[in-house]
Parts: sequence; structure tokens; C-alpha cells
Amino acid sequence: MAVNRIRQALPQYAAISPFFILFAIFGAFPVLFSIWISFHSWDGIGPMQWVGLEQYHYLVTDPKFWQTIGNTMIIWVLSTVPMLLLALVIANALHNATRFRTFYRIAYFVPNVTSVVAVTLVFGSIFSNNFGLLNAFLQSIGLGKVEWLTQPWGIKIAIATIVTWRWVGYNAIIFLAGLQAISADVYEAAKVDGASSRQTFWRITVPMLRPVILFTAVTSTIGGLQIFTESRVLFGDTSNIGGPGDAGMTIVSYLYQSAFIKNQFGYGAAIGWALFVLIVLFSIINWRLIGGNDDERVTSRARRRAERRIKQQKETADVR
Amino acid sequence: MSVERIRTITGHVVLMLGVAVSLFPFYWMVVMASNTTPDIFAYPPKLVIGSHLFENMGKVLDNVDFFGSMLLTLVAALSVTVLVLFFDSLAAFAFAKYEFPGRNVLFGLLLATFMIPAQLSLVPQFVTLAQFGWIGSLKALIIPGAANAFGIFWMRQYAKGAIPDELISAAKVDGAGFFRQYLTVGLPVLRPGLAFLGIFTFINVWNDYLWPLIVMTDPNRLTLQVALDQLNGIYGTDYSMVMAGALMSVIPLIGVFLIGARSFIADLAAGAMKF
Repeated sequence: MAVNRIRQALPQYAAISPFFILFAIFGAFPVLFSIWISFHSWDGIGPMQWVGLEQYHYLVTDPKFWQTIGNTMIIWVLSTVPMLLLALVIANALHNATRFRTFYRIAYFVPNVTSVVAVTLVFGSIFSNNFGLLNAFLQSIGLGKVEWLTQPWGIKIAIATIVTWRWVGYNAIIFLAGLQAISADVYEAAKVDGASSRQTFWRITVPMLRPVILFTAVTSTIGGLQIFTESRVLFGDTSNIGGPGDAGMTIVSYLYQSAFIKNQFGYGAAIGWALFVLIVLFSIINWRLIGGNDDERVTSRARRRAERRIKQQKETADVR
Repeated sequence: MSVERIRTITGHVVLMLGVAVSLFPFYWMVVMASNTTPDIFAYPPKLVIGSHLFENMGKVLDNVDFFGSMLLTLVAALSVTVLVLFFDSLAAFAFAKYEFPGRNVLFGLLLATFMIPAQLSLVPQFVTLAQFGWIGSLKALIIPGAANAFGIFWMRQYAKGAIPDELISAAKVDGAGFFRQYLTVGLPVLRPGLAFLGIFTFINVWNDYLWPLIVMTDPNRLTLQVALDQLNGIYGTDYSMVMAGALMSVIPLIGVFLIGARSFIADLAAGAMKF
């Protein structure tokens, strides 16, 4: 019976098999293999030498590794916070605009489809220490030059600016879809109750956008932890990935440098696992902060309140 | 003027400022690509489009095999896109419209693969491809990405709502097998969903940097992004030439995007809402 059902479904199994076969070879096997590699010292060519947990022990005591985590976190905060706030402002303005909507959407989205390499080259020239547009501007208004691409903070600000510029429009479009999904009745009810626009925003818009905010927060976190290209291309120097003092070196840059420049495959694999742990950890934190039980209650309370008001209004309308 | 009107105008002013910030780097890229490097380095810098664009583009072509890289990138991006569209829509069609033993478990497994960051398996993937002898070959760019979980998930959501069960039953009555049902019933209905996934895949492969940087080790066979980075690494002080290269690498892609931009953006937003 069961055999018969499986035989009948053979075409369906064949249809889904390409993904699973490719995943087995290029996904599952490498993941398992990377555990094995991380227990070895290996240059990728010579014999593998078993070192047990030595790579991980070295990892947690490696100041460079902790520096790259710090760099990644700072760049992530410097980019994600302004990015999501600006996206919310733009989405709100887009939601209220009735004209030029298609133009706005496309103009805001173009940065996201443009290659990071090209974008980084342009921003590299804007932030350039000596000939940069930004410094020319600062000089013209009487302020001094800033050595953006030498100072630790300047480097991080430059990288965060690139990330923000590329992703604000994307997140604004997502927020806009969320805003459009909120029923007009709820706003109507708030208006009748005499809620100010600030109250409406914080008490209705934000709670009801919660699932969308969670989506953007999770994707920005995962993306933020994987920043690489910006810090690799910004300094135009293959031997100096993170810039002066490695101030722009991210976790993935360090993985790349360890494995593919220094040929320390075992250590590279161990950094990969550390990255995986961080991503899982931060996804859980996001989930708890934005999607957690407390907020669930707040939102459902807000929704119940709104529904009650709509009902009341309908009743008053009926009486009239 | 009414409060409403002032609010509308303020909204447009805010949006226009945003658009200016969003588009300025493109303008600046054109300014740099069309002026000479000394002009860009002057203070105050030249802020208007110059007349040296073709000269700068010519210098790019003299220094790197730009069209070779572009062709290589185009072949890789088109191949991956065609394979992804076929494999993902076929799998999505089976997942969305047919009952078979283990379907939910297999789909759950597919979703679980989302959790794995690409960088986790960077080292072993490289080692595996080296064993296959694929390093430096187009196969390394095309085959590992020929089917993906995101596309199957995406197309399944789309197929569930878009394909009526009656059409499949009718095709079965006519004696059509599974693959025939996919071709005659599934594909025509899935076309708008495929348009999104196609543009999305093409853009991603075209712009990918880390993976081709690692696997395309032959300096004569670099993808456009890696070649552009190399141009910058070697001739970094010649801003106008590097920017001409950047401009040339960006134009085809923006062209592809603008063709389908309107529905692409709408589909992307709708997809995010389903998560």
C-alpha cells in the first residue's frame, strides 16, 4: 500500500530531487565537513593534522577575532538603527503620497540592486581623505578635513553609510507593504477618539507593524553579521582587507583572510561556526525583543481596543 | 492653504530629498567617469558632467578584459537563472499541488536550510569543488546555485494560490503525466512569479562578489565584480578610469531591473509580508 503510494509519487520525488541532491553535495556535506576541518590544522594542500578543539581554544583567546566581532557590531548598529528609522519615515511619507508613487519606489529601490563593489568604489571616493567630496564640502563650510579612511571611527562610519544607503529603500518598501495592510477602519476609530498623530503612530502603526519590523530586523541582523564586500573593496588593497589597524575588518573578512589568504583552513572553518552561533543567537534575541510574548500581549490588546471602538462607532451610527 | 495640503507638500519635500540622496551617488559616478582624474582631485572639485567619458571607458578596455568578464558574468547569470527557474518551479509545483508521502517533512527540511549562513560552509565548499576540479571553471559559479530553497519556497506560495486544482484534474483526465501537467497547466500560470524570481536571481548572480572571488582563480577568467575590484586595486589612483569601469558594470544591470521594476518591487513587498 505505502510502497504503491510512493511508486505513484515518483514523478513528484523526481521534481523535488534537484534541490535536495545539490543541497546534499554543496550544503549538507560541506557543513558536516567543516566540523571535521575545524578540528584540524590544514593549509588546504598538505596533510590534515588533528588538533582537537585547539582552533576553538585559539579563537576565543584571539584578540583579533574579538576585534572583528566588535567592528561588525559597531558597523551593524551604525547602519541598522538609522536605516530602519529612515525607512519608517520614508514608508510613512510614501503611504500618504498619492502622486509619483511608482517613481519614488523605483528611485528608492535602485541602490539595492546596484553592485556593492561599484557602490563601494563611489563611496570610497566620497569619503577619500585628501580628494573626497565630503572633505571638500566640510572645507567649504569652514570645517577641517576628517581622515575618514584612516580613523577607526571614520572607517566604520563610511562602511555603515554604504550599508544604510543600499538598504533604506528596500526596508521602506517592506514597511510600506506593512502600512498598506493596516485597515483604514482602525485609523478612523483613532481619529474619532481624538488621538493625536503621534499617539496614532506609536499606539497603532508601530504595534501593528510588529511582524514586518521583525522581518526587517531579522534580515538586517543576518545581513549585518555577514558584511564583507564593503570592507574588502573600500581600501583597494588586497593585502590590507580591513583598512588601517584592521578597524574595518568584519567577521567574514577575518574568515576570508584566515582561510583564503593565510591558508589556515581549520581556523577559517572554526570562524564559520562562530559566525553561525552568533547569527542564531541574534535571531533569538530579535525574536524575543520584537516578537516576544509581552509584545504579543500589547499588540493584541491594541487590536482588541481598536475592534471595540469600531463596534461602538457602528452602534452609535446605527442609533443615529 | 489647508493643513492637509501643507502636509502633502511636506511629504513630497521629504521624499524628494530622499530621492536626491538615493540617486546622487549615481550622478557622482557619472561625473567622475566623465572628467579627468586631476579635475576630480582639484579643490573645489568639478561637480558637473565632463566630456572625457569615452576616453575613460577606452582606458578601461585597454587595461582589463572588460567584455570578456562581462560575457563570463552574463553566461553565469543567465545559466543560473534558467536552471533556478526550471528546478525551483518544478519542485514548487510538486510541493504545492500534490500529496505524496513525506511531503511536509521534506518541505520542513527545505525551510530549515534557510538557517545556514553561506559563509559557514565557504571553506569546505571550496575544498569540495577543488576535489571536483571545478576551481576556475564556470561550473563552480553555476552548478552549486542551480536550485535554491528561497526560490522553491517563493514559487510554492505563488503556485498554491494561482493554480486551480480543477485545471490539474482536467489535465489528468486527458491522460497527461506529471511533467506534462507542469508544462501545460503549471508554467503558464506561474509566469508572473517566474518573472520576479528570474530578475531576483539574475541580479544576485551578477552582483555576487565573495564566491567568485574565491573560486574564479584564473586571472583571465574573472567575473565583472572581481575584475572591477582588481581594476581598482591596480589603478586605484586613476579615479576617472575606475569610475568608468564601475559605470559600465552597473548600466546593464539597472537596465534589467528597470524593465520589470514595477512588478518586481510589488512582488518583493508581497513576499516579505508572507513570512
